[in-house]
Amino acid sequence: MAKTILAVDDSASIRQMVAFTLKGAGYEVIEAVDGQDALDKANAYKVNLVLTDINMPRMDGLKLLELLRKLSHYKAIPILMLTTESGDEMKAKGRAAGATGWLVKPFDPKRLLEVIGKVIG
Amino acid sequence: MLREQVVVSATTPSGSVRSHTVNEFLTFRLGNEEYGIEILKVQEIRGYDSITQIANAPSFIKGVVNLRGVIVPIVDMRIKFGLSDADYNQFTVVIILNVASRVMGIVVDGVSDVISLDAEQMRPAPGLGPVIDTEYIMGLGTVDERMLILIDIEKLMGSSDMGLLDNSLN
Amino acid sequence: MSTDLEQFYEIFFEESSELLADMETCLLRLDVNSPDLEDLNAIFRAAHSIKGGAGTFGFTDMTETTHMLETLLDKLRKGELEVRSEMVDAFLKAGDVIKEQLAGHRGEGQADPAAAAAICEELKRLSDEVLVPPAIEIPIINTKTEIIPVENEVAVDEIRPVSMDDSSKLTYCIQFSNDGMSNATIENLFANLKQLGIVENNTPKNEKELCKLKLTTSNSEEDIWETLAFVVDPANLKIEVDSSDSAEVNVTETRISDATHANVESLVEEDVCATTPMPPAPGYGFFPGAPAAPKDIDDSEFNLNSPQQQSVGSNKNELQATSNKPSSKANTTTPANEASSIRVSVEKVDQMINLVGELVITQAMLAQTASQFDPVVFEKLHSGMNQLERNTRDLQESVMSIRMMPISFVFSRYPRVVRDLASKLNKRVELKTVGENTELDKSLIEKIADPLTHLVRNSLDHGIETPERRIAAGKVAQGTITLRAFHQGGSIVIEVSDDGAGLNRGKILAKARERGLPVHDGMTDQEVWLLIFEAGFSTAEAVTDVSGRGVGMDVVKRNIQSMGGRIDIESVFGVGTRISIRLPLTLAILDGLSVAVGDQMFIVPLNYITESLQPSAADIKTVSGHGRVVQVRGEYLPVIALHEVFNLRPNVTAVHEGILVILEAEGYKAALFVDDLVGQHQVVIKSLESNYRRVQGVSGATIMGDGKVALILDTAALVLSSKQEFV
Repeated sequence: MAKTILAVDDSASIRQMVAFTLKGAGYEVIEAVDGQDALDKANAYKVNLVLTDINMPRMDGLKLLELLRKLSHYKAIPILMLTTESGDEMKAKGRAAGATGWLVKPFDPKRLLEVIGKVIG
Repeated sequence: MLREQVVVSATTPSGSVRSHTVNEFLTFRLGNEEYGIEILKVQEIRGYDSITQIANAPSFIKGVVNLRGVIVPIVDMRIKFGLSDADYNQFTVVIILNVASRVMGIVVDGVSDVISLDAEQMRPAPGLGPVIDTEYIMGLGTVDERMLILIDIEKLMGSSDMGLLDNSLN
Repeated sequence: MSTDLEQFYEIFFEESSELLADMETCLLRLDVNSPDLEDLNAIFRAAHSIKGGAGTFGFTDMTETTHMLETLLDKLRKGELEVRSEMVDAFLKAGDVIKEQLAGHRGEGQADPAAAAAICEELKRLSDEVLVPPAIEIPIINTKTEIIPVENEVAVDEIRPVSMDDSSKLTYCIQFSNDGMSNATIENLFANLKQLGIVENNTPKNEKELCKLKLTTSNSEEDIWETLAFVVDPANLKIEVDSSDSAEVNVTETRISDATHANVESLVEEDVCATTPMPPAPGYGFFPGAPAAPKDIDDSEFNLNSPQQQSVGSNKNELQATSNKPSSKANTTTPANEASSIRVSVEKVDQMINLVGELVITQAMLAQTASQFDPVVFEKLHSGMNQLERNTRDLQESVMSIRMMPISFVFSRYPRVVRDLASKLNKRVELKTVGENTELDKSLIEKIADPLTHLVRNSLDHGIETPERRIAAGKVAQGTITLRAFHQGGSIVIEVSDDGAGLNRGKILAKARERGLPVHDGMTDQEVWLLIFEAGFSTAEAVTDVSGRGVGMDVVKRNIQSMGGRIDIESVFGVGTRISIRLPLTLAILDGLSVAVGDQMFIVPLNYITESLQPSAADIKTVSGHGRVVQVRGEYLPVIALHEVFNLRPNVTAVHEGILVILEAEGYKAALFVDDLVGQHQVVIKSLESNYRRVQGVSGATIMGDGKVALILDTAALVLSSKQEFV
């Protein structure tokens, strides 16, 4: 069965680009527009990996990370931060919130698949 | 309906015969004369029925019809070219044209066939007198014994004396 | 770049346009004295999102501008800088530049790189300024030629002013393959890197394929990565913290080391970069020990970053606000329900509307045929037809509703218009909007924007007085312009009202006389006000470049009329003016009455009809030289014989044998004489002009149940022509 990825980004273009890329590589993709939406969807679907933007309205990626890690079935699931946010400050925050790793925007589809392949390939 | 053209050449602004090799024409009759128009300009052929008149339009503009939801003006070429009998019967045919990205129909006495003409079969038009302005004639075509008057339909329909387009009013 | 990305361009363009509009809205409501953090966050997010997309899709000019925007905004939302109105202006200007850049990428015009450079410079100045007040001016040295790695000397770039905050700076070693890169590309890349900090070229003389640089910057590795990512193949790029150098690098020091290294390339190569092989594609990483992190990750990668992380972290301890959760209130402009909506091109919707229109016609045709069958015998057919009719109508209604958009799409542009114009005219104006959610057809939305803009500008220019005059007149200094929209019957009414000086009856009449217009003192106010819509009419005492050339109000009126709408003015001298526009909700469908003349059928728009009647012969009078009139309830109305207007052969020629349809348009009444009434229909309006041209007296066409074309009468024009004949 195809692995399912929850892609969270408030930017429709990035989200669709990510979804398109992932689907092309054979993943199932669920899209969410912000942290809150992602949390709802994370509860509703069985997800193998979460890919989240950080800076989003309603609920940002860090809060999402934190809350997801509190859910029993998300404790061990890879969660990657997808962010333009500068600096290691953000990495530290992401790590503290429970991120598995980070991927810096802008990225190209090849790199996205490469990272994801390393985690759930 | 055949819509192929072996060699497509650009329309030259003058009415002279162009240097392309083979062109396909749809031939039709108006009274006793035979005319040809480039097949690429022809969208379809229909019968003549239920036309809605347009107020105060020139007499050769018969009105508009509904072509699958699109309102299409219909021009009677027989009236336009001043040919005497313009009666409408079950043989009356409307050729739907697609010129200058507009759809319009012309009423003719009957459609004959589609013929191919190569450059040698086409001659520049001599002065034809008052019936039709040579400006709208691409040339004369000869097939066996037949003589075809090849009309530059795009130019004709776009001309100001047809009054089909708004900008031709001024 | 992968061409795959092109398919997302359109989404990105639309998204960015929306984000820019949101940004502008937030900027305009931002109170400089007590800025709402949520608004700042929202503005920041908008810039941030555009930057992210622009970077991903390779629109580097936009990335640069948004980056500068984001930098300043970040400082504002973190409270490092205070918001000043100068900044808001710069943000608005930057928004305009980005809009232009966006348009450029869309293939609609060309963005001006100078404007972009200017605004970047300004944003940069604004964000730097407060760190080092007053701004340090450092003479700019042209280093263009030094950039290309042809000489073995180490080029030090002196362009950048040195930030006081050196402690957060780090030196990175950057190494990449320049194989296949043109000199111009490299030059450009250097210029970009210089934006980040101090660049030092360490490329050895005899090295043809490898560029080695040192960059001292307070920006993060990601920023450097971002700058390089679209120029350099990620597989051939190495960025690492220069372990041989302390964080406190400054220009002097670099110069010294510069001198030391000048002739010792081999040293430079080995020493400065202390190269440990990096994974081929940085730009991502995993946290060792984090849940689900790959087992084989290189710990050194994270460790390598940790000193930097600490130094950065300790310096920015106070900057906690970064990503503190915005409260739910923030998102009035960022629709949270985005996921449940889809974007569809207007063409598709229009195609659907057309198809549904066809369906309605087919259904009507079937109904006509079915009505000939005995309802008892064919009971099921008839009930089926009834259901088909209902379904078709529902379908038509819901399809039409797709095109409906809230008027806020238009209203939202006016805060900016008013702000800019008010400051230009030295007036104080507040713009209020009421009923932004009132919906109307998208095509009308597009068409109403220009006339409405003109009315708003006009109100501001001619209506609202200067603060001094207002105070002298006993009014508050700040004027108010109110935009209001509401539904009334089958129409939408849009009002532009102001509490300004009001129209001056005497002045308008005098001006009209001067222009040779037929006026007299007995005219009603309403009639006088309408004079301002006459061509070439302007009452402004001084012609301003804003709206006062008298060009426009007549165009406004014509535009509104061409949309099937009408315009009214109410005004009280000294108190204010209200201009209301009444428009049909949609251009595509019309309620009409079908009338027959001879064998032709015409549609009369229902909203112009007051009644229809069969007159008695005694009510018809002839007025010599002016045709006929009919007496209807004590009023004499001109009779318009449709067969005469359209040169048709009617079935009845005596007025009292036919039907009179009483029409009212623009305050004038007339009686339309036709053979018979046929019925009332909702008709889909089709353009005559798409394949033909405009026809006098006809506003469009439709297709009737039997498949025939019926022309829709231009009622207003008919009524007005009868009036001209008659007065």
